[in-house]
Amino acid sequence: MGSPANDIDRLVKREYKEGFVTDIDSETLPPGLDEGVVRAISEKKREPQFMLDWRLNAYRHWLTLTEPQWAHVHHEPIDYQAISYYSAPKDKDGPKSLDEVDPKLLETYEKLGIPLEEQKMLAGVAVDAVFDSVSVKTTFREKLAEVGVIFCSISEALQEHPDLVKQYLGSVVPAGDNFYAALNSAVFSDGSFVYIPKGVRCPMELSTYFRINAMNTGQFERTLIIADEGSYVSYLEGCTAPMRDENQLHAAVVELIAMEGAQIKYSTVQNWYPGDEQGRGGIYNFVTKRGACRGRNSKISWTQVETGSAITWKYPSVLLEGDNSVGEFYSVALTNNWQQADTGTKMVHIGKNTSSTIISKGISAGHGQNAYRGLVKVLNKADNARNYSQCDSLLMGDRCGAHTFPYIEVKNPTAQVEHEATTSKISVDQLFYCRQRGLSEEDAVSMIVNGFCKEVFKELPMEFAVEARKLLEISLEGAVG
Amino acid sequence: MLSIKNLHASVEGTPILKGIDLDVAAGEVHAIMGPNGSGKSTLANVIAGRDGYDVTAGKVVFRGKNLLELPVEERACEGIFLAFQYPVEIPGVSNLYLLKTALNSIRKHRGLNDLSAVEFLKLIKEKIKLVEMKEEFLHRSVNEGFSGGEKKRNEILQLAVLEPSLAILDETDSGLDIDALKVVANGVNSLRDEQRAMIVVTHYQRLLDYIIPDKVHVMANGRIVKSGDKSLALELEKHGYAWIAQDPGAAAAPPAGS
Repeated sequence: MGSPANDIDRLVKREYKEGFVTDIDSETLPPGLDEGVVRAISEKKREPQFMLDWRLNAYRHWLTLTEPQWAHVHHEPIDYQAISYYSAPKDKDGPKSLDEVDPKLLETYEKLGIPLEEQKMLAGVAVDAVFDSVSVKTTFREKLAEVGVIFCSISEALQEHPDLVKQYLGSVVPAGDNFYAALNSAVFSDGSFVYIPKGVRCPMELSTYFRINAMNTGQFERTLIIADEGSYVSYLEGCTAPMRDENQLHAAVVELIAMEGAQIKYSTVQNWYPGDEQGRGGIYNFVTKRGACRGRNSKISWTQVETGSAITWKYPSVLLEGDNSVGEFYSVALTNNWQQADTGTKMVHIGKNTSSTIISKGISAGHGQNAYRGLVKVLNKADNARNYSQCDSLLMGDRCGAHTFPYIEVKNPTAQVEHEATTSKISVDQLFYCRQRGLSEEDAVSMIVNGFCKEVFKELPMEFAVEARKLLEISLEGAVG
Repeated sequence: MLSIKNLHASVEGTPILKGIDLDVAAGEVHAIMGPNGSGKSTLANVIAGRDGYDVTAGKVVFRGKNLLELPVEERACEGIFLAFQYPVEIPGVSNLYLLKTALNSIRKHRGLNDLSAVEFLKLIKEKIKLVEMKEEFLHRSVNEGFSGGEKKRNEILQLAVLEPSLAILDETDSGLDIDALKVVANGVNSLRDEQRAMIVVTHYQRLLDYIIPDKVHVMANGRIVKSGDKSLALELEKHGYAWIAQDPGAAAAPPAGS
């Protein structure tokens, strides 16, 4: 009978099923970053002048910044001149129908389980597929347009709805917000744009599927979602990348804006390549996500399941500006092998009677390091603000780590802020109990971990919840203790 | 059904079982009694295959198979069920889900199809009556916030649903009041049949008033020192375990005057 520690070694074997490379002709800018590159990207996309100016300002500001060092993660310095900032499949001069999309791309998405032919898709989910630096296809656009919903790539939005972009871009995450956000603002190449008009409940789930394919390329996408008064939208985001020995940078920015009475539900299942068992390769996922509850009674809810990436640095946040607005953050972050995650949220209470809920579940296995970092800030005019935070960590094995960094700043005496935290291990007794009932070790671990994550999974849309469970199973394959 | 020959086992190098011989036939209920530290629970755990117990000598054959070679879950699928002395809590996993997953794992092992959700619910609603539990228990997390009595009843519910050939009840009576004890005993009795054997591990005779054993074994210091029929349990009740300890020769008649 093996000792529990040896069993955990076995558990930490996983197979990354999305690790293939698509052999496709790409147009890629040579590595390096200067104003010329910023101009070239803007020119390729035939952007309006305001956009180029915005990018250049961001770039110049970025030059004055240094990488943040406060996160509980360690990596070799990134050489920003060794990265290519633009890579696009060739002949992508705006395919108008699916027939014009390169079959190799269609095949790639088929393999990933994301068919782009509308008749094959899950009913009720519209997809924007982003491949390296560009959007290849957005489905169900016409159907959505019937109710006035705009769902397209941000490049197209810049052509067709420049005023909307100009009004809202950078209004939640300013171009100079932080090092990675500034970099993104300078060089972002594509991403999704959503506008839900007043009073419209978006008739289907919207989703973006991000895929990094090219080597030595960073992906810098930008997502902007605006929910006008009284509207509702549920948005899903998924991501994968090929297995490579080099680290690749993904520095995205997501901005959400909810007007009076609007609700935005944003769900992510992040499965970027995490690196191999020795910790070689994998994506650096340095992402800035923030939503603003601009109007009264608005609500923004972030749900994330983070199983991939070598390093995750990500704090989906909500600015609770409108009175009675609600912010939620539900997170499962898993680190296995040598993965590192520093993730959490910021809830900034600005309006009166605002409330926020934070449920964070961190799972560490192998040599994984998992940190929850969160800020609950109640400003002086935010009367009767409420926050409830719960941070639970689950450890598997004895070489991983869980860390919690909760910050609370309260400037209004009427605020009520609660914080609960637990750390537990999958116990040998739990495993024995399940196995004695006939479950295999893998099934037992998966069941226990799923139970641990239940409060978060129930927030995910149905199809995503199934995918998230499967991902956890794959990520923990062989990880039985 | 179960044949144990000269079983020796140790925990962290300390010998606990020092030569157990035991044969249990289908349809029989065996009680294993003995003072604390005599090795009763160790025997139950070694049969189930718990980590941390090293078998140093001996054989355990269950329905023709060398049990000691099988991993825990295969033993379970082959029909061995252990009702735990201290059932663990599994937060976020509903009782119903665990039961369904367990039953379907065992059915798969036997080459049967998974039960559908409807079939399973029908089955469980039948079984839950045996242990007089409310249906809301099924939707609660496994053992989380259960009282001692509820945990033990839940073990018997699992026993009823999984229908093993050999059920081992490890101190199922500990921590139960008399009403809960009766419920548990009734549940167990209703599951007695020609095909199923049971090993009831207990410290006290009390449980055996309700679950009448065919055979009683007394363990002391890692061995079975005395075997008999149900009257042996009553003798023990009268004389206490000290009586056995004074008579390590075992198998002998009770001392004169008893």
